[in-house]
Amino acid sequence: MAQPALTSTGEPLPRLEGMHGIVADWSSDQRAFKNVPWGKAMMWIFLLSDTFIFSSFLISYMTVRMSTTVPWPNPSEVFALTIGGKSIPLILIAIMTFILISSSGTMVLAVNYGYRRDRVKTFIFLLLTAALGATFVGMQAFEWTKLIVEEGVRPWGNPMGAAQFGSSFFMITGFHGTHVSIGVIFLIIVAIKVLRGDLDTQRPGFLTGRKGNYEIVETMGLYWHFVDLVWVFIFAVFYLW
Amino acid sequence: MAHAEEQQHPAAAQNQPAAGQQHAAVAGQPHIEGQQHPLGIYFKIWGLLFVLSTASYLVDYFHFQGYLRWTLIVVFMLLKAGLIVAVFMHMLWERLAMVYAILLPPLLLLVLLWIGASEGDYTFFTRGTFFGAAPTASAQHPAAPAQHK
Repeated sequence: MAQPALTSTGEPLPRLEGMHGIVADWSSDQRAFKNVPWGKAMMWIFLLSDTFIFSSFLISYMTVRMSTTVPWPNPSEVFALTIGGKSIPLILIAIMTFILISSSGTMVLAVNYGYRRDRVKTFIFLLLTAALGATFVGMQAFEWTKLIVEEGVRPWGNPMGAAQFGSSFFMITGFHGTHVSIGVIFLIIVAIKVLRGDLDTQRPGFLTGRKGNYEIVETMGLYWHFVDLVWVFIFAVFYLW
Repeated sequence: MAHAEEQQHPAAAQNQPAAGQQHAAVAGQPHIEGQQHPLGIYFKIWGLLFVLSTASYLVDYFHFQGYLRWTLIVVFMLLKAGLIVAVFMHMLWERLAMVYAILLPPLLLLVLLWIGASEGDYTFFTRGTFFGAAPTASAQHPAAPAQHK
């Protein structure tokens, strides 16, 4: 059997822009996402599916909240903290928001220094991101403890109003907190890989035979920014409603 | 084929600089790859996100109510989300084929949102009708979402 001859165009094929680019990319051979590493495309698709999960949670929360005839507990008061004898509304959540945004900022710096092959700075910023993430989870644990122990909030009821408050709260923030926790673990793993020089020597990861490279820092970053992104929506519709 | 693609990529990038690669060319780094942008834009967006978060916190702090509250909260929320996706997640510099593949499907959620809202409204109405008197003002009706106290 004769092998078909491999031919080459000899020059790079043009990359069309705009609408023509979309049609050309999608209708071409095997690869629709031209300039994106496979890991990044897959992470985006995972994040898309996660978007639907979180949106379903938030929309079902909205449905439940709109349909209850019992007054909803006022988040502004429920999540207030007494600092220096003064009750400041929602302050804990505001601080958590700033911490998560800052962790997004440090993450983006880590990605940038990764592509510059600055191992130490990448490592430091990854670790800083993980630390901020862990702080966030810690504050969330504090918030949960306060709500469960002091306010008596349970998934099936609470003394402040609508019973659905507890179940919505624990499910939405719990799922988000789980994402943050998993993110912290993976940030630490990526940080160690960076410091050890795995990405420079293209050492394969433990779950894959593919060679390591600095794109995994960006892929990790996508996940982390997504966690921040989800929090933006939770903050707006759960805490500010 | 995919391999050949990989090899052609640097040349293609030089021939047809996309927006992201233009940035990289300006930075003039020795080994340019992936999403490489000046740090300044990240710090600007970082600051902007802080400002927007503070603003949405102040909406609650100053007890804005009614449509004003909702407009502000939703606007700040969408601005923050947009900035994170566009700059931090580099969507601004991706090819449109991927941008649309990721950003268009979530629009389907608007249907779910609409179904959820109509269902919630209907359930609220039936509960008011069948379980006692008409809903009291203290209950939070969706038509007046900001009646807090």
